[in-house]
Amino acid sequence: MTQGLLHLNEVSKAFGTIIAVDRICFSLAEGEFLSLLGPSGSGKTTTLQMIAGLTHPTSGEIRLAGRPIGPLPPYKRDIGMVFQNYALFPHLTVARNIAFPLEMRHMRRAEILRRVEAVLRLVDLSGYGDRYPRQLSGGQQQRVALARAIVFEPKLLLMDEPLGALDKKLREQMQLEIKHLHKRLGVSIIYVTHDQDEALVMSNRIGVFNRGRLEQIGTVEQLYEQPMTRFVAEFVGESNMVSGAVREAANGRCTLETADGPLRGRARQAFTIGSAALISVRPERVRLEPEAGAAGDRDQIQGHICEVIYMGRLRKYVIDTAGGQKLVVARQAAGVEAKPFSVGDAVVATFAADDAVVLEDTR
Amino acid sequence: MTWVYSERFWLSLRAAICLGVILFLISPMVIVVIISFSSAPFLTFPPPGLSLQWYRKLSSSSVWLDAIATSATIMLPSALIATAAGTAAAVGLARGRIPGAALIASLIMAPMIVPVIITAAGMLGVFRSWGLQGTRLGLIFAHTTLAIPYVVFTVLAAMRLVDDQLESAALTLGATRWRAFWRVTFPLILPAMLSGMLFAMVISFDELVVSIFLSSPTVRPVTVQMWSDVRGDVDPTIAAIGALLLAFSVGALGLETVLNRQRARPVVAAAAEGTLPQGVAP
Repeated sequence: MTQGLLHLNEVSKAFGTIIAVDRICFSLAEGEFLSLLGPSGSGKTTTLQMIAGLTHPTSGEIRLAGRPIGPLPPYKRDIGMVFQNYALFPHLTVARNIAFPLEMRHMRRAEILRRVEAVLRLVDLSGYGDRYPRQLSGGQQQRVALARAIVFEPKLLLMDEPLGALDKKLREQMQLEIKHLHKRLGVSIIYVTHDQDEALVMSNRIGVFNRGRLEQIGTVEQLYEQPMTRFVAEFVGESNMVSGAVREAANGRCTLETADGPLRGRARQAFTIGSAALISVRPERVRLEPEAGAAGDRDQIQGHICEVIYMGRLRKYVIDTAGGQKLVVARQAAGVEAKPFSVGDAVVATFAADDAVVLEDTR
Repeated sequence: MTWVYSERFWLSLRAAICLGVILFLISPMVIVVIISFSSAPFLTFPPPGLSLQWYRKLSSSSVWLDAIATSATIMLPSALIATAAGTAAAVGLARGRIPGAALIASLIMAPMIVPVIITAAGMLGVFRSWGLQGTRLGLIFAHTTLAIPYVVFTVLAAMRLVDDQLESAALTLGATRWRAFWRVTFPLILPAMLSGMLFAMVISFDELVVSIFLSSPTVRPVTVQMWSDVRGDVDPTIAAIGALLLAFSVGALGLETVLNRQRARPVVAAAAEGTLPQGVAP
């Protein structure tokens, strides 16, 4: 990751009155693996298509290797793309499919053969060159699509939910293969997915999309520990949200007055006193105690257990708080729990201010 | 009355009815073919004996040979033009974002629905003022118009089965729009185009009504010649030409079926993998 390969600056796309992509800005470093994560219809695929040149931004600028690529048609961009349903040419063999981009570049026949052979080896499909796409399994078709998109050695590879049609097991295997391929080739990848686990496994950074906006972009850790919006806190991992009004805000700390009393958390934005806000705590950062006591510096919420979900490696407790909120607490079941809580038990949930984040109450 | 409940009885009844319908539909054609080999000098069935004299007469009659040549020289250009224009229309309707596409589609399909006699009368009026009435060119244009809907129909059906991401993929792989069409879309819709062209040929070769309106004594296709012969003195020559026409149509449709089967193959594969787009009936 030396210098920026791709820059999007205030890129928007409107279809009629519907704004599909709303003033997106981000940069991609060379060799980086960036996932665009979001629910369907959040604008991530449209963003990808604008980078590929298949649709044009309504406004804003896209620069590739320092050059604006707005006026360039897709076939002059040298960007590889893997489509959701593979988009293999059904009337051409695997080898001819892979040779297609090379033929378009008027490469010599011997060179084409050599490269097709090499890339088939790379994706572990040697000997499949003479087959037709319909004779291959979904995972194999996916590899052919990948081979076709990298055979002309693009600097940037776009992938649009490439594993969406595969079953879970194969998907996990392909995730690792793509990750290894990324390392080997050093190509930059933008990977669109709605599956947060997939994004977490594969990416250097993740951009979270919601309703056409890029809500936050950062490393997995940043997104998890420092969510900037309610949407990010809820979409990346699980989160408890307790709403309240800002009572105090100073030095990156914020105290909210909630139905369950004052609660504290970290705050990255500046909040005005009295404004509505949320406090977000991850389920595994909440501790459960049988009764109120010396919890030290930890904030406390009274309640009782209303549901217990046993999930093997952890137990999830749903708590009805005294203030009428719901709280999810996850506890590792690694060791044998001396006395697990059961439904109806009165408990005290505690968390440290450092483990909570105060967010603006949008929505 | 236990036979009422016998499955066997109902199956045989169904078979009998089907056979009756088939006989009713096919017997005129079969009779024409048989009469064409008749030894009698007039149309009679069953023929008293067999001979090839009417085919011999046909092959030595300059009137009929001219008519066949006329039909062929109308059929080929009109089928080619209809295929080219119909394919272009189908591709545009399937891919382009054209305002009023539905209206355009129904206008193109109109010759299939409007009674032919009305189309014919309209063409007569217009072609007369353009000086096309009674010319080969006029008949070519007329038959092209009649055949285009069939081409559009078959090619449009094929286009709906071609994933439009294929062209997008070709673009990202370095193909211009033009090359993407020729290298990807065209090979995939080619069987449908050939199908459409065969339909167009059959339609032109068998067409009578419009041809009567637009033909002249010098430009007279086979069907018109048959029509005027039937009204005068009739000998089995007409059965011989009828049999040839029938052979041509059956041959063309048979070829179309073969092409269709080939075209269906990738569709079947797509359906098996569950990647067929929603709302597409193969």
